[in-house]
Amino acid sequence: GRIDGCSRGKGGSMHMFDRKTNFLGGHGIVGGHIPIATGVGFAIKYRGGDQCIVCFFGEAAVNIGAFHEALNMASLWNLPVIYVIENNRYGMGTAISRSTANEDVIVRAKGYRMIGESVDAQDVFAVREAMGRAVERARIEKRPTLLEMRTYRFMGHSMSDAVSGTYRSKDELEENMKRDPILLLHNMMYEDGEFTEGELKKIDEEAKATAQDAWDFADASPEPPLEELYTDILVDSGS
Amino acid sequence: MAVLTYRDALNQALREELQRDDTVFLMGEEVAQYNGAYKVSRGLLDEFGPMRVVDTPITELGFAGIGVGAAMVGLRPIIEFMTWNFALLAIDQVVNAAAKMLYMSGGQYPMPMVFRGPNGAALQLSAQHSQAWESWMAHIPGLKVCTPGTPADAKGLLKAAIRDDNPVVFLEGEMLYNTKGEVPDGDIIVPIGKAEVKREGDHCSIITHGKMILVAMQIADTLAKEGINLDVVDLRTVRPMDVEAIAKSVQKTNRAVVLEEGWEICGMGSQVVDFIQRECFDDLDAPVIRVHQADVPMPYAKNLERAAKPDAAKAIAAVKKVMYLE
Repeated sequence: GRIDGCSRGKGGSMHMFDRKTNFLGGHGIVGGHIPIATGVGFAIKYRGGDQCIVCFFGEAAVNIGAFHEALNMASLWNLPVIYVIENNRYGMGTAISRSTANEDVIVRAKGYRMIGESVDAQDVFAVREAMGRAVERARIEKRPTLLEMRTYRFMGHSMSDAVSGTYRSKDELEENMKRDPILLLHNMMYEDGEFTEGELKKIDEEAKATAQDAWDFADASPEPPLEELYTDILVDSGS
Repeated sequence: MAVLTYRDALNQALREELQRDDTVFLMGEEVAQYNGAYKVSRGLLDEFGPMRVVDTPITELGFAGIGVGAAMVGLRPIIEFMTWNFALLAIDQVVNAAAKMLYMSGGQYPMPMVFRGPNGAALQLSAQHSQAWESWMAHIPGLKVCTPGTPADAKGLLKAAIRDDNPVVFLEGEMLYNTKGEVPDGDIIVPIGKAEVKREGDHCSIITHGKMILVAMQIADTLAKEGINLDVVDLRTVRPMDVEAIAKSVQKTNRAVVLEEGWEICGMGSQVVDFIQRECFDDLDAPVIRVHQADVPMPYAKNLERAAKPDAAKAIAAVKKVMYLE
């Protein structure tokens, strides 16, 4: 909630936007942004561009109506949209087995005559390759893709959720943390002999410094002035 | 000046704006090949093609969201709901996305779009299809809400709404589509947020909007024969509301009836009365009376439906009551 934040203190942690990098949010309603991303795909087609739009959501969002409505139209109208299910197996505290009749969520793609692909998302190279295929499909074939990124959540759902919580075991969490994608990449880079332990440590330190800089920047920024309460509700319009 | 139906006035506004700006497109159920469920979009597919006049599946939430996304990247969508009753399925996109995007993005993403369609009761369509939604929509900061009651206002306000850089909820009257009125020629724009006194009088104000303007004009004729002259204030836009026009009228007449199509509780009239008691307390010679739909879901049977709706007889009784004539 600071004035120098990308949403100038108006949107919360769920509503980050950055127009100059085409980062369109940041939406706090599960699945509500799936039709919105589809609309961006519609606009790309409308203008005849070769961009695509990537839309991220959790596996729990595939059960909401907005997912179904949006994917149907994206396929029907050949829109360049990449839908990415981040399947970390829990929607808040509800395991996928307790929420989803068919846990194999990628089969949903068939219902929309869409290409679907499940990916071991702890492997960054697998993610990169699958995303590359989807981007090409969007830009060249003008077709949408559904990607399932199989992953795991290492933290609680939110600030109020303990790390392992009441709904999963510590053992399960620890077992999955052995496949932390950063750890796997680190090991691969070391074993391939491309990086020394010292170089890898340096990358780690640089990443931590970047995060610390961001933290310090946010911490130093003032709260929005009170007159900001009444700005950005409507834009002045010529009409 | 041509005499047009409300439907044709809207059609003209759509056609002219589609011609003027190629970022404008119309999307909704049956808007293209079928020419519109109420024929408001007649002929537009032929003139502008399927990329700009877009038939959708029956999927209100989905296509409202497509409009929001397209508006985020600079197109100017006009999203048609076959009726506003079906827009409830899309309310997340109207309220949580369109109305809030500018604010929660810290001013980065304006929403130049229109959500439009018929609102309010027709005849014997019963509970799920006979509802006036303006008080729901007017409650939301970040939206503008237009409720034109005449063909000229329908055309001028729709053109203003399409050119506005904010999300505009545009509530048409299903029973108004066939009504006729004079519409000025050329590129007419009715500013959003400006009421119009449709008839001058100094005995009692009747403050209304949308379809109820017809009832107000009708009773103004009837009561004029009895020597009662009504000042008919047509709000035309309920958010932002032209409170100056309300104050001016009440200061002149010292009495007011507020007439609306929707339900009583938290209705638009509550807002008007709140304003009048605060800003015009010393001007009033009588308590303000509201006329509205009975506090029931709309019944089907003809006699019950008639009993539920606000009408001329109820409005006349209200005027006579605030004038202490009965």
